[in-house]
Amino acid sequence: MSSLSRDEVAKLAGLARIEMSEEELVSLSKEFTVILDAVARVQEVASADVAPTSHPLSLRNVFRPDVVVPSLSPEQALSGAPAQEEQRFRVPQILGEE
Amino acid sequence: MIRSTAAQMAAKLASGETTSVTLTQAHLDRINSVEDKVHAFLFVDEKGALEQAASVDAKRAKGEKLSPLAGVPLALKDVLAQKNKPTTCGSKILEGWLPPYDSTVVANLKKNDIVILGKTNMDEFAMGSSTENSAYGPTHNPWDLSRIPGGSGGGSSAALASFEAPLAIGTDTGGSIRQPAAVTGTVGVKPTYGGVSRYGLVAFSSSLDQAGPCARTVLDTALLHEAIAGYDPKDATSINAPVPQVVQAAKDGNVKGMKIGVVKELNGDGYQPGVRARFEEALELLAKAGAEIVEVSTPNFEYALAAYYLIAPSEASSNLARFDAMRYGLRVGDVDGASAEAVMNLTREVGFGKEVKRRIILGTYALSSGYYDAYYGSAQKVRTLITQDFTQAFTKADVLVSPTCPTTAFKIGEKANDPLAMYLNDIATIPVNLAGIGGMSLPAGLADEDGLPVGFQIMSPVMKDERMYSVGAALEAALLSQWGAPLLDRAPALEAGK
Amino acid sequence: MSLTYDDVVAKYEPVLGLEVHVELNTESKMFCGCATVFGAEPNTQTCPVCLALPGALPVVNEKAIESTIKIGLALNCSIAPFSRFARKNYFYPDMPKNFQISQYDEPICVDGYIDVEIETDEGPKKFRVEVERVHMEEDTGKSLHVGGATGRIHGAEYSLLDYNRAGIPLVEIVTKIVPGTGKYAPEVAKAYVAELRDILRSLGVSDVKMEQGSLRCDANVSLRLIGAEKLGTRSETKNVNSLRSVERAVRGEMIRHAELLNAGGRVVQETRHFQEDTGLTRSGRSKEQAEDYRYFPEPDLVPVEPDAAWIETLRAGLPERPSIRRKRLQEAWAVPEKEMAAMINADVLDIVEETVLLGADPTKARSWWLGEISRIANDKDVAIADLAITPKDVAEIVALVNSGDLTDKLARQVVEGVISGEGKPSEVIAKRGIKVVNDDGALMAAIEKVCAEQAETAEKVRAGHIPAAGALIGAVMKETKGQADAARVRELLLGHLGQPTS
Ligand SMILES: [Zn+2]
Repeated sequence: MSSLSRDEVAKLAGLARIEMSEEELVSLSKEFTVILDAVARVQEVASADVAPTSHPLSLRNVFRPDVVVPSLSPEQALSGAPAQEEQRFRVPQILGEE
Repeated sequence: MIRSTAAQMAAKLASGETTSVTLTQAHLDRINSVEDKVHAFLFVDEKGALEQAASVDAKRAKGEKLSPLAGVPLALKDVLAQKNKPTTCGSKILEGWLPPYDSTVVANLKKNDIVILGKTNMDEFAMGSSTENSAYGPTHNPWDLSRIPGGSGGGSSAALASFEAPLAIGTDTGGSIRQPAAVTGTVGVKPTYGGVSRYGLVAFSSSLDQAGPCARTVLDTALLHEAIAGYDPKDATSINAPVPQVVQAAKDGNVKGMKIGVVKELNGDGYQPGVRARFEEALELLAKAGAEIVEVSTPNFEYALAAYYLIAPSEASSNLARFDAMRYGLRVGDVDGASAEAVMNLTREVGFGKEVKRRIILGTYALSSGYYDAYYGSAQKVRTLITQDFTQAFTKADVLVSPTCPTTAFKIGEKANDPLAMYLNDIATIPVNLAGIGGMSLPAGLADEDGLPVGFQIMSPVMKDERMYSVGAALEAALLSQWGAPLLDRAPALEAGK
Repeated sequence: MSLTYDDVVAKYEPVLGLEVHVELNTESKMFCGCATVFGAEPNTQTCPVCLALPGALPVVNEKAIESTIKIGLALNCSIAPFSRFARKNYFYPDMPKNFQISQYDEPICVDGYIDVEIETDEGPKKFRVEVERVHMEEDTGKSLHVGGATGRIHGAEYSLLDYNRAGIPLVEIVTKIVPGTGKYAPEVAKAYVAELRDILRSLGVSDVKMEQGSLRCDANVSLRLIGAEKLGTRSETKNVNSLRSVERAVRGEMIRHAELLNAGGRVVQETRHFQEDTGLTRSGRSKEQAEDYRYFPEPDLVPVEPDAAWIETLRAGLPERPSIRRKRLQEAWAVPEKEMAAMINADVLDIVEETVLLGADPTKARSWWLGEISRIANDKDVAIADLAITPKDVAEIVALVNSGDLTDKLARQVVEGVISGEGKPSEVIAKRGIKVVNDDGALMAAIEKVCAEQAETAEKVRAGHIPAAGALIGAVMKETKGQADAARVRELLLGHLGQPTS
């Protein structure tokens, strides 16, 4: 019933920024037919009168005071950087909008 | 010495009978001798552990007042950030990353002078029920090395069951503490959501993740629970209330007059006979100890698995977006002229394993426009229904119980190519996460048909975690007097040559 | 081609929509305790949270919520009894989490408006701009594009990222569509942003410096034939970084759209970038397919439910609306329009008002702040507010001049002393020994001395040639080191030389 075509998987992989081989796209598309049927069961009981729960706790208004706490040193901040230059993270050229 | 409980080790440290350095070295030796068979650890911090142990010994020598578990060693699941120690989450994408900060759980461990031996293996980003999804190879169940130790926290449970550590930290999003405990004959607790800070726990599914204590006895688990729990202003979803008195409850082990609700829907078809037999016997023991056994029904639990496999992947698809090769971790394909976008795509292809990609795509789909209401939105409604089922059930019983898993440990590779069959393993543990309540698994014995451990699950209402410790301790005591020795004494020896 | 603006508005009706992003001036970031100082060294104001290190979690800055509610109240919005943060998912290297914590269908403030007044052919006219929503979100980091021609993104070889700005609280203020402005659309757009800026400044919630990017405007423009119902396709112009640019961008887009439509073409829905140098817009990447942001409630944060008491406390503390206040002060001080505008431009209205409230005459207070003190600030290239002189100091100096204890010239020395850090006016006066010489005896001695030295000139005055007295008075002032009251000197001198004193 529910299914995802190879092209739909490719579009989702694009949104999720994951390169995928043709083989992977096809096999995921097959798997999703099974998985989506299983998870689509939620629709059986999700009637309009049921409120959604996005969080298990009913906490409200959790804030922190506007107080500055020490930051990492730039060395620490950049310690995991695959590449750096001038105390900044160096990344490949960015396409798209400014 | 390594086979004693953490409480016994702590007593020997306090009396001066042994030192933390000796104890830590004994565990490091044990790790050295069995790790090639078990593969519980991704990183053994020999130097760091011994330094920490020496500093605890020094404090003790000076007569400083120390916490109950000071000097006792612990194995830390590799999903918790520890400053300047490798933290990979079982993923290639974080290989070599050294966090510049401590998670709150680690900060609490250090504050309590608990010695951190190293980081344990896990399914990549905690996605899995077998630890086979680790990018660094599977962990083996000490009861039968050809079987899985559960997942995602299979490294922590295997470390406990193979006496590599008396204490461990796990995280539980859909059962990742309780199911590994069940299949290795150890104890694991998922505290109430918000009971233990998530700061520094690398997120899989933010509204479900919860770190918790693992050990070989209920009391040890309780001692560790109190060491790591408590309000944390760095986690907006942390509960600002006193930590439940779990140690006292575990010491008392009193179930007289308690109502224990058996969840009708979490039993029967699909549950292995040996699992059901041990579960029924445990109920009898609890009744003998003075508890009243009642049956409760939770009709919406049958939708829990489906809801979970929408909510968790959806949140994960967003949580894992940060692994993009720009600021830390793996970077692939950064050749001349490559764009940032191409590098992200390639890195995420190479850096993530198959199950992680599967779930990211599923989550991306469930949140995408046009499908949100049908999938993510509906799953959130099921979450409401499941919470209502629990609320209803808790009007009839103080705690709820079920087998932790439908089966005992399966063979490595057995379900690797059948994601749905793998997901079914979590059928009894998932409802607890969806409702944010507490859950414990403790050993109920061995299944007759395969001689492997069976887990007994206890569920308690929000911030009433002490109740599951009362029941767990009572059952543990009854079983121990029946067995005459701890269950793990029946596990095969792992030492070379035996 | 080359339509005039009049041609455009004769045929088409413009429809405006404005989105303004405001950086709040909180001490710390929106979700972590990092400082928010503008211009700090790269990556010195970052932490696990704003770098999106694995495991880090956001916690909401209470002051940011408070500021946002204040903005909502000042814009006549309703404050939602329940609002939530949501994740807006898209990948971009300047956004560390690859999602932005924002608000989606549950913003904190909704349904407000502000009225702006502009000059029209028929005199001043009021336009109401309705505000659809005010919501909270976080800023991104900054990228520096290296290689290629101009530091622009296109053609760059790689980029360098600084995350100091990542996570600074942003408030987005979105208007409903604004129809009915006709040919005044550019002026209305400008007046709206100006009024909004003044309101935000009066609330003290933001630096509102367009040139530093703490206030950024996106202008949406579409055209429809006059009388038509259906809205035309809109373009979104970003990068509009001054009030003048807002006006130019709207006007420019109206003309561009009209030219396209007249030529039988169609307007593409796209993002355009305003270019200060040419006043034209340049196409950004067109949105061939709408982005799918996959919004969902942020699971790391809990809902915001401001209680009524909190909202009312904030409402009670709101300052007077700037446009109303300006009118009130202008009348009370009897200031001409031009001077009023000068004060607003120089940003001294608050300071002058404070000085007046401390007892100074409005004209004097204004002339000190706008004159001498502004000049010194200009010379030193600092903001007036950063000078070490307060309204209290100025009020004190004005009072001393009024009582005759200081001359205007001496007062300038005192002002200069206060600014150079010599202390309060009284301390400067004491330290520098500044004193009006009122002692007639001392003055007479000086006068006699000068008259003796310049006997010839003195003789001229004695003979009735009064203008010659100027040189003598100057010499006496010099003799008394400028501390004498020149009027008194003149009086005594003329008397001494036998001339009428008035
Ligand atoms: Zn920060």
